[in-house]
Amino acid sequence: MESESMGFDEHHALEHLRHYLPAQAALKDFVHHNTLHAFQQEAFHDALWQASVQFGYSTYLSVDAFRAHYRSGRILPQTVAQVVGAYCAAEGLGAAEQQAAEQHWKDRMLNGDYSDVAIGSRLDQLRGLWKSVSMMNMDKVVQPILFRLLAAFLDQGVSIWQFPNQNLPFLDALRALERNGYVSLFKTPRPRQLLLDAQASLTDLLTLVVGDARYFEHYLFDQQFSHPGWSGFVSVVEQQPETLLSTRTITLRDLVYLELLLEIDALDDKLPGQWQPLSTAVVAPLTPLFAEVAGTELKTVLRLWQEAFEWSYFDGVLHGIQQSAKTAVAAAPVETSFQGLFCIDDREYSFRRLLEQVSDTCDTYGTPGFFGVEFYFQQEHGKFYTKACPAPVTPGFLIKETERKRKRKQDLHYSKYGNSLFRGWLIANTLGFWSALRLFIHLFRPTIMPAARNSFAHMDKHARLQIDATGETENGLQIGYTHAEMALRVGNVLKSIGLTRAFAPIVYIAGHGGSSVNNPYYAGYDCGACCGRPGAVNARVFAYMANHRSVRELLRQAGIDIPDATLFVGAMHDTTRDEMEYYEEYINTEAWQRAHDAHKKVFRKALALNAQERSYRFDTVNSGLPLKQLHKAVKRRSVSLFEPRPEWNHTDNALCIVGRKALYTGLYLDKRPFINSYDYSQDPDGRYLLNILNAAIPVCGGINLEYYFSRVDQMKLGAGTKLPHNIVGLFALNNGVDGDLRPGLPSQMVEIHEPVRILFVIEHSPAVVLRVIQSNPAIYEWVVNEWVLMTVSDPETQVLYRFREGQFHPYTPQAQALGQLRDEADMLRVIRKETATLLTTKPL
Amino acid sequence: MALYIHLFLFIPVVGFLLSLLVREKNEGTLVGVALATTGVNFLALIGFTGYWIAGGAQPVNVRDMSIYRDEHFDFFLDFYFDYVTATFLFVGAAISLMVVIYSRYYMHKEAGFKRFFNTVLFFYLGYMIVVLAGNFETLFVGWEVLGISSFLLIAFYRLRYLPVKNAIKVFSIYRVGDVGILLAMWMSHHLWHENITFAKLLNYDLVHEHLAAHSGTGVFISLMILVAAMAKSAQLPFSAWLPRAMEGPTPSSAIFYGSLSVHIGAFLLLRTFPFWEHQTAVRWLIAAVGVGTAVVTTMTARVQSTIKGQIAYSSAAQIGIIFVEIAAGLHVIALVHFVGNAFLRMYHLLISPSVVAYLIREQFYNYTPPEARPAVARRHRIQDALYLLSLKEWHLEALIFRLLFHPLKQLRRPLGFLTIKTVAWVLAPLYLAGMLLAYADWAMPTTVKHGLAVTAGVLAFAMVAKAYNERTSSRLAWLLIFFAHFFVDLAVTFNDHLNIKEATIYLSGIVVSGILGYFVLHRVRAFSRHGVGLNQFHGLVTQHKVYAFVFLVACLGMAGFPITSAFFGEDLILTHIHEDQFVLAALVSITFIINGIAVIRIYARVFLGHSRRSYQRTTELTI
Repeated sequence: MESESMGFDEHHALEHLRHYLPAQAALKDFVHHNTLHAFQQEAFHDALWQASVQFGYSTYLSVDAFRAHYRSGRILPQTVAQVVGAYCAAEGLGAAEQQAAEQHWKDRMLNGDYSDVAIGSRLDQLRGLWKSVSMMNMDKVVQPILFRLLAAFLDQGVSIWQFPNQNLPFLDALRALERNGYVSLFKTPRPRQLLLDAQASLTDLLTLVVGDARYFEHYLFDQQFSHPGWSGFVSVVEQQPETLLSTRTITLRDLVYLELLLEIDALDDKLPGQWQPLSTAVVAPLTPLFAEVAGTELKTVLRLWQEAFEWSYFDGVLHGIQQSAKTAVAAAPVETSFQGLFCIDDREYSFRRLLEQVSDTCDTYGTPGFFGVEFYFQQEHGKFYTKACPAPVTPGFLIKETERKRKRKQDLHYSKYGNSLFRGWLIANTLGFWSALRLFIHLFRPTIMPAARNSFAHMDKHARLQIDATGETENGLQIGYTHAEMALRVGNVLKSIGLTRAFAPIVYIAGHGGSSVNNPYYAGYDCGACCGRPGAVNARVFAYMANHRSVRELLRQAGIDIPDATLFVGAMHDTTRDEMEYYEEYINTEAWQRAHDAHKKVFRKALALNAQERSYRFDTVNSGLPLKQLHKAVKRRSVSLFEPRPEWNHTDNALCIVGRKALYTGLYLDKRPFINSYDYSQDPDGRYLLNILNAAIPVCGGINLEYYFSRVDQMKLGAGTKLPHNIVGLFALNNGVDGDLRPGLPSQMVEIHEPVRILFVIEHSPAVVLRVIQSNPAIYEWVVNEWVLMTVSDPETQVLYRFREGQFHPYTPQAQALGQLRDEADMLRVIRKETATLLTTKPL
Repeated sequence: MALYIHLFLFIPVVGFLLSLLVREKNEGTLVGVALATTGVNFLALIGFTGYWIAGGAQPVNVRDMSIYRDEHFDFFLDFYFDYVTATFLFVGAAISLMVVIYSRYYMHKEAGFKRFFNTVLFFYLGYMIVVLAGNFETLFVGWEVLGISSFLLIAFYRLRYLPVKNAIKVFSIYRVGDVGILLAMWMSHHLWHENITFAKLLNYDLVHEHLAAHSGTGVFISLMILVAAMAKSAQLPFSAWLPRAMEGPTPSSAIFYGSLSVHIGAFLLLRTFPFWEHQTAVRWLIAAVGVGTAVVTTMTARVQSTIKGQIAYSSAAQIGIIFVEIAAGLHVIALVHFVGNAFLRMYHLLISPSVVAYLIREQFYNYTPPEARPAVARRHRIQDALYLLSLKEWHLEALIFRLLFHPLKQLRRPLGFLTIKTVAWVLAPLYLAGMLLAYADWAMPTTVKHGLAVTAGVLAFAMVAKAYNERTSSRLAWLLIFFAHFFVDLAVTFNDHLNIKEATIYLSGIVVSGILGYFVLHRVRAFSRHGVGLNQFHGLVTQHKVYAFVFLVACLGMAGFPITSAFFGEDLILTHIHEDQFVLAALVSITFIINGIAVIRIYARVFLGHSRRSYQRTTELTI
């Protein structure tokens, strides 16, 4: 036994396994990340092909879909020629051969027949042998009870009867349960004894089941990838226990351990005393899971199509950006009525564009929506803290809410007692009738119900926040900020976006959130930079800091002079409803009040226009309605039980622009860019740029790639359609009652998304940008392996550069003259992706 | 009166047929048809019920056309309307209407948008027929429609493994319920010497007189009715199918397993109450089933950590109580309870995705950490044991498998001798010889004839059992099911001289369906030589949408669904089995049941599930 298991390192194998498992946290912490993070150290196309061959994922649109895009004109012939040309040029061929090669690949792209290429996967070569050895479907026997035990143990509040001894580590809790003496977890005595003795190591169990140690790791992958959802979630809980409010102690090893015991149980039951370890059944040599993957013609064809798909769009956009940058150099300075800081979120871009369209005297900026203030937030009477900053950051501050006025609304329908016998009888005979009436009314007049996730209820507008440091700490967190800490944070944000002078009388700090109902993905609709929560608290905290006298004094010393006539006002934009709430507590002069009232009108108009623009993507709302009614319809939609798409969220995200407004102000880019305002001239050595990219690349790249992979493989990488989803323990979703968990995004979030990688457009000199991205290896990995694409617009020369293989190379857009945006029909052409971008008619 | 009752059926029939004609892309029109169907029906129903109550609320019986009649058999449709019908109709129409409005937005852009509304309307039609039925035969028509539409909605996401697997599972349990109805029909033919209407059951003297003479027969019929009701309403030991049915889009789960379909068992009991009212033992048994279910499923519901599983088990528990109320004769209470439970569970399911936001918020404010509790006291150990038992669903799934399907699977090896060759060279000639023998009218002792009948029945059973177990050849499975019908026919011919006309009625539907199905399997290259076996799912529906539909129709014909003459042919066949021939009756009805399961299994394995061929084909996004 000893000698056979040599060479198997339990810890190493589990860590290797963990690396490839989905890493999605609980529903309440919905944070986007690169679904194929495990492959990120490889170049994008190689990684995708490997993932396909090894794990059986689809990683591109199908060839048919690309061809359909080509026929429809979405993929442009000249881009295909360019992409194929570049690919063949890299081979270093002679002119004639080059031409032949180009011809060959173009022909393959258009005419190759790949319809019978079966989806590859190296999984289940080993464990799949059980089917013929034991005439038993192992998954069918083991998984139902395994999932049930896991769900019951981790459950946060669906079940009425809690798993006994939930405070113990998983296996100990199982042992305690097993010791009841009447009912066993198992059908046979051996696994029961193994569990109770607690002597056997994982290696021992593997030796029993698999036999030969050479196959252990392969078996572990086969086994755990038969239910990647559960394995991934257990692994996440092991590493971030705080993802469950009611924490549990469980490890990936526990899961494997239990699953092996259940397998032994199944085999002992079906073939008592007659089965051999699985390795004895291996006749043909197995292909190691991670053995070299050979490229095929299809790989190249898909890669070429993907690039042609991406650059057919990017080329037009870059052309537009170049035009915009050239023409917008000397905009006449005007009296600014107000300024606004918004999140870099793509949904805020369209809102900002409309604001500036409604009022040409306002001026808006994009910056990550936590506004540089990182802290935990505690709602009054709340028993937990919520993180209010990007997920990777660990804040040392705590902001407490006090004197909350708004009452929490309750709803008897969610009382679990409806599911007990006698109270259930009572409820069925009373509340049951009320349900029918309520649903009937809701079908015609949807209104916010207590069950809805109301973004404005996260923080009570009328409550007080403890922002000044009290000198106390709680659980290791400092309550509030000192003035110096405040000044540092405010200064950093203002400098990074280049807003250091010419302050308007009112500067709005607008966070965002999204209300929705019947939507387990609610956290994915809120602000990603606030860890999937509405950004209202951060906005209010920032405004408080920036209004503070002593903070302003400190800022003045640091070179940022905020005049007394300038007031910061916190606000929040609800992106599903297109509503704003303002935190007006500092508006204490009549002048400010008057100005604010005037600005609110501007906001109101822009909100309605934004609702209208969004409605073009909502097939079930008539965009032709008068603006007011249309806005009402959009609001109703956001809180309708029967509406699985409260909004389209980050659908169609494709760009991330880091630079001055000149890059995009004359363009209509629909809702596709994330925008981080940045003034290169105030940051010659790229210090702030590094901070921006450190956040923007993983966050925007993560969002983009999660949308990408969920879109191209709904079955394995996405969550499938929302409609049959079932809530498991309040932390995840599955299909039916005994399926695997479904991480990833549902089809209702991604179905109209165009799976392209995100293109960064940064305004600075290429040398500085290259130095900046190379200074952080984690960031550079994203760029050099092309998981995000990068271009630079040199502000001095307006020359564009594209990053390829470690260098920035000049890039000249091929696109023809840009069209003008004149009317709704033009707008729809961009929304329907018939054209990349259009110039807005607004004088630049 | 009759006119109105026909209207309640006519509207859904027209609506369903129209919905089949609308084009896939045309979401608006489809919704329009569904809304008009359920809406108009709902309004008509409200109007009619008001008029009916004003007129004294007397039960209405409508004797409808005879579909087939000869001197000793009359298969006729009959409709009946009383307060039970009114209640079930009202709830059914109201819930269907609401779910249609709800789904209009909810299902938008879903790949199966059209299929969804087609199936919901088909279900609605089936529900209307069951609820309005005035005799067992009519009820059985609707009953079968409910079964097949359930299958289609559970397997709505037909490209995934679990929905398809669970759809077959639920369908199989439903077939067990069907045995109940079939045998109850068979025995009541013999008891009443006619197709009894529910209206006549109200005649106390008539019922009493018949039952006094044949109390055993009466108990048998009641038990069969109970089995059917238990299977359909997820009562013990069948409860575990209910949560597994929650695989379709949430509104379909709400309408089927939350509210309407699952209460049909209770309806059947209410409807047949006058029949078993005076069989005290049966009443106690029904109450016991209800109490047992209520206790077991409540405990199971309490440990469920998925929201739909919890709703399903709690609903089953409430239906258990409804069974008790019915057995106790408290029909008004039972009806009120039904209405409340149906509405409540529908609503619970429709708002189920909201619980995350709501309960997490509650947890946020009210959390108390779990307590440590060493399980030393016996009380705690018993609690833990019950917890674990409930988590394992009281082994109900294993029990059903062991009782019903395991024995059938055990036959796989002994039946290995049945191959295409045996069919061609042994069974076909045997059938012809048997037919000659049967129609030659040689004087044979009755016992020999009956012996031959049982032999033919055993062969028919063996054939469908083999088809059920077949892992490789869809052709063999299909042929065996086809021939099994002929052997059933042969058995009955031996038994009671089935005449040619009757045999034609029964077999003509089978022949047409059989040929059609064989043709489709050939066309889509689904034979084992094409690499399509029955041991896994092949998902051919992605490539052959139309053929998949045609094959489904052929399957329904083959399984004796009410689309061909084979449907009442089956009923006709049973009348030729005498009331004391339990063995033959059991053989024939079990053959019918397995036949249905085997046929659906072929359909599922060949056309549904995930196709491995689809890598470079554009597939549906909503899976």
